[in-house]
Amino acid sequence: MAYPLTGRQFYEGLKQGRLLGLKCEECGAHTAPPKMACAECGSVSVTVTGLSGRGVLRTFTVVRVAPEGFQAPYIVAVSELAEGPWLMGNLEGVAADQADESLMGRQVRVGYRILPPLDYAAGEVVTITFSLE
Amino acid sequence: MRRVAVAGVGMTRFGRSDLTLVELFAEAAMEAVNASNIKARDVQALFLGNVLGDFEEGQLNLAPLCANELGMANEVPATRVEGACASGGVAIREALAWVAAGFYDIVLAGGVERATAMDTPLATRTFAMNSDARYEANTGVTFPAVFAMLARLYAQTHGLSLQTLKEQMALVAVKNHRHGARNPLAQFQKEITVEMVLQSAMVADPLQLFDCCPFTDGAAALVLASEDVITRLTDKPVYILGVGQGSNGALIRQKNPARIRAREAAAGQAFRMAGLKPSDVDVVELHDCFTIAEILASEAMGFFPYGEGGRAVEKGETTLGGRLPVNPSGGLKAKGHPIGATGVAQACEIVRQLRGECGERQVEGARIGMSDTLGGDLATVVDIIYGV
Repeated sequence: MAYPLTGRQFYEGLKQGRLLGLKCEECGAHTAPPKMACAECGSVSVTVTGLSGRGVLRTFTVVRVAPEGFQAPYIVAVSELAEGPWLMGNLEGVAADQADESLMGRQVRVGYRILPPLDYAAGEVVTITFSLE
Repeated sequence: MRRVAVAGVGMTRFGRSDLTLVELFAEAAMEAVNASNIKARDVQALFLGNVLGDFEEGQLNLAPLCANELGMANEVPATRVEGACASGGVAIREALAWVAAGFYDIVLAGGVERATAMDTPLATRTFAMNSDARYEANTGVTFPAVFAMLARLYAQTHGLSLQTLKEQMALVAVKNHRHGARNPLAQFQKEITVEMVLQSAMVADPLQLFDCCPFTDGAAALVLASEDVITRLTDKPVYILGVGQGSNGALIRQKNPARIRAREAAAGQAFRMAGLKPSDVDVVELHDCFTIAEILASEAMGFFPYGEGGRAVEKGETTLGGRLPVNPSGGLKAKGHPIGATGVAQACEIVRQLRGECGERQVEGARIGMSDTLGGDLATVVDIIYGV
């Protein structure tokens, strides 16, 4: 059974300014990033759809000890999209040392960033970003 | 299904070691074999937890090398299992299934890791490979970062100030170091204070250095035997009463993981199989890879209501001498966390507690013990209940 929306297609969409996801024809839930089946009910009756790219920042941290290939400090955050799915990304436009609890619940917009080549990664490395609205 | 019991156990000192993965595992495994009144050639199968042997010393296909090292027969299947930091727990559960099903009577389960062979940037990267590579690891998220984000979510979900939660978390570190100071095999055998925790370097805020377990080298092993042969191996069998393993997807798929579904599943399976409830448990070894992780685990396993785990630590309920001692070994925090071995090291502690062999850190009269080990972004959890 063909994969409905691959990771590469998802990231190519982001690079063209579109946040793509799946809409379930059975339960109506949205799934993003994509999966083989609806993230809520497991149905494979899904169609590719564009999402608003807007959400609420639910949690974050400032990474001060980075993995090989990354330069600390930077902010990692998880946001809940208006359509329901949660995404992990880097919060941009806020200095790491300025990150505090006031970020919780802030409205964000989804973007992307292409990373320098990374060892042990299969192909181009694209990451989701958030910016405050 | 046959009942299965632990015969001998073995564990190396945790910390930094110059021994290779094979050598480290051989030390722990031979201790377990010798303590079981058998020879290595009597073992019918090996299940070995190891996560990062390839990055640590360029070693894959570790299990048959370990079996050969010990002198096991060519007929013996030797299988590496990998479930991130829960690999050791997965190894025990796999071994248990083969014995319970009647395929084998005597099986060796173990784990080994040599994390300090990697420098901190590489170790941080390879540990982060246990997150979703497509949609999470690209952000540079680390394991401290995952639990840091969980700490914020937890505080908000339960209406706690981050400062209150941080103080509760610091008390987890202080308790586990106090316990570790009573464990001659622990990586850290020094007590610490709340002030030391709160003044330590920031790793991924709000988690500071002393909220985090260390990188560790070490190995642990145990011999499992069927009820048919166990009395030939030991006069102190410790029975596996219940076991459970749960799974989940990437952190983002779990949405707000204030409840850890894979752990609820694992603990639920184990309690149902054992016919026991949380209040029946006398001693617990659980997955405190970070201080917040101990609070999360103690709730999801059913020992405390959601949002109350930190309060229980404040009240001293989880310290040695408290109502339910948690991590008397020092836990991952002080005993150390050689990730592939941790689940087996927890089993070693529980078995020794139930046999009354733990000296200064003995939980008096313990008859039912439980272990809990977690891998990835709350993605693999193995819970096991032991009894005498």
